[in-house]
Amino acid sequence: MYVENEKISKYTDARVKLLYQMMLIRRFEEKAAELYSKEKIRGFLHLYVGEEAVAVGVINSLSTDDNILCTYREHGHALVRGISPGAIMAEMYGKKEGCSMGRGGSMHLFDKKIKFFGGNAIVAGHLPVAVGMALAAKKQKKNEITCCFFGEGAAAEGEFHEAMNLAALWQVPVLFVCENNLYAMGTAIRYTHSVVELEKKAPGYGISAATVDGMDVMAVEKAAKEAIEKVRTTVKPFFLVCNTYRFRAHSMFDAELYREKSEVEEWKKRDPIPKLQQSLFNENIVEQRDIDEMNKKVEEEIQRAVDFAEAGTWEPVEEITKFVYSENNA
Amino acid sequence: MDGNNTIKTTYREAIKQAIREAMKKDERVFLMGEDVGRYGGAFAVSKGLLKEFGEDRIMDVPLSESGFVGAGIGASLNGMRPIVEVMTVNFSLLAMDQIVNNAATLLHMSGGQLNVPIVIRISCGIGRQLAAQHSHSWEPLFAHIPGLKVLSAGTHEDARGMLLTALQDPDPVIIFEYTFLLNKEGELAADAGAVNITNAKVRREGKDISIITYGAGVYKALDAAVELAGAGIDAEVVDVRVLRPLDNDTIFNSVRKTHRVLLVEEAWGAVNVSSEISARITENVFYELDAPIQRLGGVEVPIPYPKHLEEAAVPQQNDIVNKVKKMLQHD
Ligand SMILES: Cc1ncc(C[n+]2csc(CCOP(=O)(O)OP(=O)(O)O)c2C)c(N)n1
Repeated sequence: MYVENEKISKYTDARVKLLYQMMLIRRFEEKAAELYSKEKIRGFLHLYVGEEAVAVGVINSLSTDDNILCTYREHGHALVRGISPGAIMAEMYGKKEGCSMGRGGSMHLFDKKIKFFGGNAIVAGHLPVAVGMALAAKKQKKNEITCCFFGEGAAAEGEFHEAMNLAALWQVPVLFVCENNLYAMGTAIRYTHSVVELEKKAPGYGISAATVDGMDVMAVEKAAKEAIEKVRTTVKPFFLVCNTYRFRAHSMFDAELYREKSEVEEWKKRDPIPKLQQSLFNENIVEQRDIDEMNKKVEEEIQRAVDFAEAGTWEPVEEITKFVYSENNA
Repeated sequence: MDGNNTIKTTYREAIKQAIREAMKKDERVFLMGEDVGRYGGAFAVSKGLLKEFGEDRIMDVPLSESGFVGAGIGASLNGMRPIVEVMTVNFSLLAMDQIVNNAATLLHMSGGQLNVPIVIRISCGIGRQLAAQHSHSWEPLFAHIPGLKVLSAGTHEDARGMLLTALQDPDPVIIFEYTFLLNKEGELAADAGAVNITNAKVRREGKDISIITYGAGVYKALDAAVELAGAGIDAEVVDVRVLRPLDNDTIFNSVRKTHRVLLVEEAWGAVNVSSEISARITENVFYELDAPIQRLGGVEVPIPYPKHLEEAAVPQQNDIVNKVKKMLQHD
């Protein structure tokens, strides 16, 4: 886990770590937006603001042996899994020091060492891959599971249905986590799904499913732990639907013509960060002073990441054909 | 051109006006694609059209490329004239089965009974730092398929006109549009409309060399030609436009005039449209050549994210200028 213990070690309550991670993701994303407007980051940039509780709740419940696959909206997942903010930021700058050598950018963060298998930007393209990874684990009798995140938009793709069927048919240990933020770009779920209760799709494939409030990190963590336990012990797929909401535009190119500001404001009342903060206040686990201190640490961490990215280097153009075939990667 | 009879317009607006005109002219025409309606089009091409035409004719569809392209094929078999938008060429691969095994094949398999009058618009192109899953030039993949007509709208004129003619065609037509041109302003005749979709077009006359290109290469080649003129080289620019079936005559006539050929495209160098044109020139007008044909194509690498590598991955104006100078030994 990235969040170094010393920062929050004085707190014995494990929830403080979850809070810190959500705060870190939130600020990281805000910083990314700022750097985008300064043209430091280019291409597509999809922010996770509002949805933090999902990645934090689920990924903290996985073991370091488990595989993770994500969409293009994956900075938060990468941070929680343990790619350093600097390596992610440098990747978004396109610098050689980035976690994918700068070749991928925001949508294609990879770190094989910690079993973070990207950053896929073809909607639902990674679902069959996740099933294959789980199949391989089963064949090799590894105790790992594979966790695959995707949006509700992806659940309309054929690849979702094919992956669900294969996973059930082969009985492989894969956890499908659907981050239902109600919109696929600008198209609301009611215009894309005949049945909007997504968990109902699972029984047709013989897969167990659960639904959880994705705006509540403790609820997500509980649901994820149960789901993971089931996948691990039964060696079968599971479908977990996290109902959540993205507070910001789909990407930096989105003018948000398709939803009312009031709807966004309504959802902001369910912001997972203040919610957890409040429970910790209520139980006297932290006070405002602690939050201020944590904010300061977040700020420092992000500044270090930006400095790291700024100091990064450009891969020489002469190396452009690297990474096409394994033999000339030297 | 007479200033009074031309208008300034962006490439985006040209496509949009083509869609509007087509929808107004023919009740059977409708547009469907991901985010074409409420979002306003992934690249804002169809912004405002939902309001103007309603949701029966500007249809948002789920993320199901194979599904909705297949549905477009079905609708076209049954009396409609769908314009199906595929957000980017990368996602078109999810619909490749429908495009190749159905759209391109039904007429043949049915012994000529079932024609498929569908128009599929695909945006593509390199140059916006969208990395290896959102930017490519894959026109050659489609140009390979008999049964399809494959068009490349490298200019404002074609952005405005190709769609209208394509909708009159009885067979499946794929139109490639270039995202990095969307904001580019250009001059159009005030009455611009349907254009021919069978011939290549000489976009600039010249006598020293033929730069043969399409799509993203057209404006780059035209700019290069202006630069070359400054160095005393008179380059002709041929816009292939129709990648399948290729218009040999226009290409061969240009070769007969200039006797030198540089082929330029952004698609990967091996097995691309230039390979085919080069072979045809060699087979048919070899003795017109004063020098070996040369090609500039994309570097064989998935498109990298960083700007400097992305730029290096496809031929730029500079590369064209340098290559031409070298071919004419002006360096
Ligand atoms: C196969 C494919 N089709 C279309 C797109 C363009 N696109 C990117 S994200 C997106 C919306 C996906 O929505 P969802 O799966 O709900 O995930 P979210 O972005 O909401 O996290 C679309 C249409 C794509 N990347 N891949």
